[in-house]
Amino acid sequence: MTTTAVSTGVAVRLEEVSRRFGTVQALDGLDLDLAPGELVALLGPSGCGKTTALRILAGLEDADSGRILVGGKDVAGVPVNRRDMGMVFQAYSLFPHLTAAENVEFGLRLRRQSAAARRRRALEMLELVGIGTHAARFPQQLSGGQQQRVALARALAIQPQVLLLDEPLSALDAKVRLQLRDEIRRIQLEVGTTTLFVTHDQEEALALADRVGVMQAGRLEQIGSPEDIYRNPATPFVASFVGLSNRLAGVLGADGVSVLGTPLPVLNASVAPGPVEALVRPESVDLTADPLADARVVAVSFLGPLARVTVSLPDETLVVAQVSSARLADLPPGTAVRVTLLPIPVVVSSPR
Amino acid sequence: MAGLVRRRARRQAVLRWVVVGVLSFVFLLPLFALLEFTTRGPGDTLTWDTWRLLVDWPALEETYPVLWTGMKASFWLVLLSVALTLVLLVPTVVWVRLRLPRLRRLVEFLCLLPLTIPAIVLVVGLAPVYAWVVYFVGGSSVTLFLAYTILALPFAYRAIDTGLSAIDVRTLAEAARSLGAGWLTVMWRVVLPNIRSAVLSAAFLTVALVLGEFTIASLLNRDNLQVAINQLGKSSATISFAVSLAALVLAFVLLYLLSFVGRRRRRERSVP
Ligand SMILES: Nc1ncnc2c1ncn2[C@@H]1O[C@H](COP(=O)(O)OP(=O)(O)OP(=O)(O)O)[C@@H](O)[C@H]1O
Ligand SMILES: [Mg+2]
Repeated sequence: MTTTAVSTGVAVRLEEVSRRFGTVQALDGLDLDLAPGELVALLGPSGCGKTTALRILAGLEDADSGRILVGGKDVAGVPVNRRDMGMVFQAYSLFPHLTAAENVEFGLRLRRQSAAARRRRALEMLELVGIGTHAARFPQQLSGGQQQRVALARALAIQPQVLLLDEPLSALDAKVRLQLRDEIRRIQLEVGTTTLFVTHDQEEALALADRVGVMQAGRLEQIGSPEDIYRNPATPFVASFVGLSNRLAGVLGADGVSVLGTPLPVLNASVAPGPVEALVRPESVDLTADPLADARVVAVSFLGPLARVTVSLPDETLVVAQVSSARLADLPPGTAVRVTLLPIPVVVSSPR
Repeated sequence: MAGLVRRRARRQAVLRWVVVGVLSFVFLLPLFALLEFTTRGPGDTLTWDTWRLLVDWPALEETYPVLWTGMKASFWLVLLSVALTLVLLVPTVVWVRLRLPRLRRLVEFLCLLPLTIPAIVLVVGLAPVYAWVVYFVGGSSVTLFLAYTILALPFAYRAIDTGLSAIDVRTLAEAARSLGAGWLTVMWRVVLPNIRSAVLSAAFLTVALVLGEFTIASLLNRDNLQVAINQLGKSSATISFAVSLAALVLAFVLLYLLSFVGRRRRRERSVP
């Protein structure tokens, strides 16, 4: 579709990066590796240091300690404007006095390309992000989604070594967000730029990334493929932050944890045997209508092909189960159900 | 009910026009009086001689050397004050916003300070400073631009600060930097074009202030337009009033242009 030269991405490595703001330890020995051409999503709750990590990589912020290697070279002391990284910000950041095309040309102009080459490249990039027809518009005449597309085109036009995206979709409405998310992935695969994508939206991270890094309090809790993060969370934090989890009481023994009478394999090691909480995914919970059982359906929410059914156990614990919508007819609120757990590995934590 | 509301609306409209009418009468009457006075010939005839002289500069210089000196001084004062104010203020305010947000209150305080100091007090402070200025660069009236820059700071600061508040300077600067721009490029290609109207406002306000300044120039024994007008007023009232009127009108025109600048930019944006 385009003549975009496929830039072979570079490897990026953050080693033991720390940064403190006053009393806040924003980054606390962050280690992160990005393979050439890879898209890594940094996921974490608000204030966990995602933006700080990205800004330090970009050179907009200095690290207190640690090293940053881009393509094997330490970039300490290289200012932002020499780091050759394309950035898309959460806030709209187009230059208000320039048209969409001129915005995209901005970086090329600084690279002393001829007017004709600039123009051509700008249109090509706007084409790539799907708004070639709006090249002559000013930012104020574009919707939020269109502005972020232009911002993406502007960042990509300079063929950066690394692409940095800081919650570029969070100001957009749900539908535009889904659409643009998929396009960012398509474009990223097409140009092959190593990309770091920061978000607090787990769905976005899981849908978009080659690998997802889950952060908490300035450190990386776990990094792995979306599937890995979801199925094999390494810590209770990851299990509860990514996807829904039921917190159910259980007893940890030598060969697993026993929850509701079912023995389940355990993913994480460092918890003392005895009473624990197990984090059980809704899809690991199975329900069978049984007039003799003592659990009751209390609420049902329909999600399309799937549905979530909330069940109250005799001790008043609430358990959420995910079932196929086809089975809802058998499970109206008030139904007596038997709750069984599938033998899928779970994460346990010490009881709170 | 509806009739009552309509009647009240009409009454308010009438009141509004009455207020505007009275105010503009009070305001314009002295100006008309000035115009009338400066065009009054011998035996109550209408003559434009004074005004003709005002645009015939060689003749003006010959007839009223004091006025000519004052006008020349004010011309340079305007140019230098505007230049120094902008050169000092624009980079400082932008830099503080980008890099030293904690200093913002302090800079604002410093810039607004001259507003709170009476001119007399300012002169008392400036006199010894100007002793040094005279020692180093001579006693030309044009050196007043240093004092005028201080006087203009509060107004120029307000204008520029307002302009900067309207854009997200920080994000724009970071975006530009990530695209490869150095600080000079950020300033010249990104910040300035977006606060153009604010910078123009600051310049116009400085011009208006310098054209109208009398106290400091007079107390420091310098010549500028207003000092000349005052001196001339004693000997040749007609020309001094004509110059006052011209200066006033020039200031109005500048202020009018100022409001026009902001408006035109906004309209430009909304055209698809
Ligand atoms: N310039 C700064 N000055 C002081 N504290 C800061 C600064 N930047 C970040 N912090 C603090 O560092 C911590 C991490 O901030 P950061 O912006 O990296 O979080 P985040 O993970 O991006 O959060 P969010 O999802 O809300 O954007 C926060 O507690 C924040 O208050
Ligand atoms: Mg953030």
